[in-house]
Amino acid sequence: MNTKHLKRMLAMLFAFTLMAAACGGSDDASSEADEATEESSETGGDESGALSMAIVAPSASEDLAFTQSMIESIEALERDVELQVTDGTFVVEDAAAAIRGYAEEGVEVIVAHGTQFGASLAEIAPEFPETTFIWGTSTDTQGLPNVFAYYPAADQGGYVNGVLAAGVSESGSIGVIGPVEAGDAVAYVNGFAAGAEANGATVNIAYTGSFSDVALMAEAAQAFLANGNDVLTGSSQAVVGAVGVSREAGIPWFGTQANQSSLDPAGVVASQVYHWEVVLEEMLALRDGGTLGGEAYEINLANGGLVIEINPDYPGAADLQATVDETVAAIVDGSITTGG
Amino acid sequence: MSDFFTASILVATIASGIRLATPYLFASLGETIGQKSGVLNLGVDGVMLLSAFFGYWTVLERDNLWLAVAVSLVVGLVMGLIYATITVFFHATQGISGIGIFLFGLGFSELMFRRQVGTPLPVDKLPKIEIPLLADIPWLGEALFQHNPLTYAAFLAVPVVVFMLNKTTFGMNVRAVGENPQAADSLGVSVARTRFIAIVIGNTFAGLAGAALVLELGIFQQNLTNGLGFIAVALVYFGAWRPVGVMTGSLLYGLVAATVLQWKAQGIIPRGASDIASMAPAVLTILALILLANRVPAPAALTRPFARH
Repeated sequence: MNTKHLKRMLAMLFAFTLMAAACGGSDDASSEADEATEESSETGGDESGALSMAIVAPSASEDLAFTQSMIESIEALERDVELQVTDGTFVVEDAAAAIRGYAEEGVEVIVAHGTQFGASLAEIAPEFPETTFIWGTSTDTQGLPNVFAYYPAADQGGYVNGVLAAGVSESGSIGVIGPVEAGDAVAYVNGFAAGAEANGATVNIAYTGSFSDVALMAEAAQAFLANGNDVLTGSSQAVVGAVGVSREAGIPWFGTQANQSSLDPAGVVASQVYHWEVVLEEMLALRDGGTLGGEAYEINLANGGLVIEINPDYPGAADLQATVDETVAAIVDGSITTGG
Repeated sequence: MSDFFTASILVATIASGIRLATPYLFASLGETIGQKSGVLNLGVDGVMLLSAFFGYWTVLERDNLWLAVAVSLVVGLVMGLIYATITVFFHATQGISGIGIFLFGLGFSELMFRRQVGTPLPVDKLPKIEIPLLADIPWLGEALFQHNPLTYAAFLAVPVVVFMLNKTTFGMNVRAVGENPQAADSLGVSVARTRFIAIVIGNTFAGLAGAALVLELGIFQQNLTNGLGFIAVALVYFGAWRPVGVMTGSLLYGLVAATVLQWKAQGIIPRGASDIASMAPAVLTILALILLANRVPAPAALTRPFARH
């Protein structure tokens, strides 16, 4: 073998190593799933009755937002689950490949955690009629008999956050940073605006146009500060940048999707937390009875799928609980409408 | 609209534009040096992700911002050594190997983040430094002279790169091997060594871009760059392979993005037009590329591997 061929082979080997490392990063079927598999094999695995589930999600498992809310919800299920996770699939084609891969592997329940995966699911689900697909956020199942859909009434928790925000704002001007005007983000933003405005605050809203641009979210927060807004909130996994700005400025932040208190223990006032397990339990119970899909579910304040978690470290947190309880009760009994 | 033209808002918008432009400027300056030597590097985004992660991790573990900058710089340098080895010594196709570097950076930074950190944790940001006297100039001082040290470093790097490319023997060699490597070789210039060094310098700049991004935000997240490195590559074409042009492009991109955000925050841009307005910086870049495409030629040997016969 001459030097030229050797160099080519080395280059190819190196390129392969690079690609392998890259692939290793985006598939989290690694640690958690390995642990789960190890655990299940110790207890008998599938033979012991553990339900095999997989999540395909667009952002990171620990995003303190959308994806984390679903992973924590599955972990909270009151049944044995053998869970595999593929996260960071911000390219829809990658997500579709992962969904199909899990279906071919024989996973019993696959969660396609992203509205944008709907078109892929419409193709894949009919090919695997024995598999249950759980898809959201969406208010309908696209007429597919083996698809359950889920949707958060994010406007409800948004409304409660808005009421609280109007109470803690001194200037009466509140900035809201949205990613893209779609899905639960727009529901949260509209609900928040309704709650804050009903309590005398002025709400200013900006959508960055991206679910994942952390720097742009941070600069949107800076823009709101420059305009005199003294309370901020926002939706999507990119809010971590905006929370950094509110932390630096020492102003309150309201979170949604997951509890974001760890990002600013002294500044995050409250978070609307998604507890998908409430509806997941119902879906899986139906599946146990032979119904593989065909129903759409909503999490809301009434069924406990949405919970307002006040950050206990926020100064004055104790005084806020009464406002939360009162507003939640009014939303649940219908005396307050939240714009959803 | 009248609210936008108040001094405080204009100052805030310009400052925001400069902050947004800084990582683009570092990355595109580095890419300019590489491309001037004839090597395209599409892996900039991956190098930025790696350097951003390791910089962030350093702050988390050591609580030392300057050590974090140094670590990011070294990560860029190491990735430069790898990329230079692949493209210069192994003559690999630049486009494909650059994408390989990007995928490696994307995957490995995510893997490391997941294994070593897990949930995003905030860290200290680089402090803002007020330049004595200049920072006191009304309005202008606040907009231009109250930034973190890496922002100043990025803009100061522009004349340094101009000088390096135009007034030093190494810079002339870089341009020569990017235009006509055979001729440069016949005159005794080592094409391989010149390209190798240019790539390493370029990737080190990408490392600084990652540091500038993560230490401005004070947090790391999967795919933090969000394609920023690819825009930096486009800005090199926008700037016609000239450091000042690249700086102009970076600033324009940052300022347009900041202005759009400010207009959205003030409600000047209606919510219905929000998504279209978000595309403004990219549309502007594409238009500039179309206008410049046939006016300024790329380095003649760009993307062409060189081998002595």
